[in-house]
Amino acid sequence: MEIFEIVTYFVLLLLITTAVRVVTTSNVIHAAISLVFTLALTSVLFLLLSTEFVALVLVLVYIGAVIVLFLFGIMITRAPLGKNAELDNDKNKKLGAAIAGSIFLLFSYILVNGFDGEVVITSGSSTELLGEILLSRFVFPFELVSFILLAALIGGITLARKDEALIDEDQV
Amino acid sequence: MIVQPVLVVAAALFSLGIYGILVRRNAVMVLLSIELILNSVNINFIMFDTMLADVMMQGQIFTIFIITIAAAEVGIGLAIVLMLFRNRQTANINEFDLMKW
Repeated sequence: MEIFEIVTYFVLLLLITTAVRVVTTSNVIHAAISLVFTLALTSVLFLLLSTEFVALVLVLVYIGAVIVLFLFGIMITRAPLGKNAELDNDKNKKLGAAIAGSIFLLFSYILVNGFDGEVVITSGSSTELLGEILLSRFVFPFELVSFILLAALIGGITLARKDEALIDEDQV
Repeated sequence: MIVQPVLVVAAALFSLGIYGILVRRNAVMVLLSIELILNSVNINFIMFDTMLADVMMQGQIFTIFIITIAAAEVGIGLAIVLMLFRNRQTANINEFDLMKW
C-alpha cells in the first residue's frame, strides 16, 4: 500500500506541473501538448482509483479527438507557432492571479474541512456493471447526449463552412 | 488512500483554468483553459464516486456525460473562433469588441 501512495502523490505533483505549463507557456503548441500530458495523468489517476472505463474514454475522446481539434484550430487561425510574447494580456495578469488564488484557497478550505475519509480500492472490473446501469437507469440522458452530439455536429458544419451557394443566390 | 490531496489538486486545476481564461489573449487558448476546468470537475466526480462506493456509479456516469458535452462544446467553440477569424483576420479576443459599450 505504501508504493501505491507514493505513485499517487507523484502523479498529483506532475498533474499540477503540467497544468501550470498549459496556462503559463508562451508557445501555443507547447500549451496543447501540456494539456495532453495533463489529461494522460488524469487518466492514470482514474486508473489508480479503479475506474478503468472512464480512464479509457478520457484517453480516446480527449487525447484522440479533442486535442487534434485544438491543433487544427491553432493551425487554421495562424497563431504564431514559436515563442509569442503577445499571447498573454499582461495587465490582467495580477488580477487573474489574485482571483484564481482566492478561488483556490476558498475551494481547498471547503473541501479539506468538509470531506474526510479513506478510499478503499477494490480489485476487479466495474465496466460491465457501468454499462448495465448506463443502458437501464440512465438510458434517457444517454440518448439525449447523443442528440446533443448530432446537434453540435450540424451546428459546427453550418458555422464553419463558407456558404458559397447562398452568396451566389444573393448575387443573382 | 486519503481523499483530501486529490480534492486540493482538483481545486488547483480549477483555479488554473480560471487564471488561463482571464489572462490568455488567443481564443483557442481560452478554450484550452476551459478544458482544464472540466477536467478538474471530472476528477472530483470520480473521487467522490470512489469514496462513497456508490452502487449506481453515478459519478462515473456523469463524468462520461461531461466528457461528451465537452467534445460537443469544443467543436462548436472552434467553429465560432474559425468564423470570427475569417471575418476579422485575428483570433485575439481583445479585438472582438463589437458588443462592448
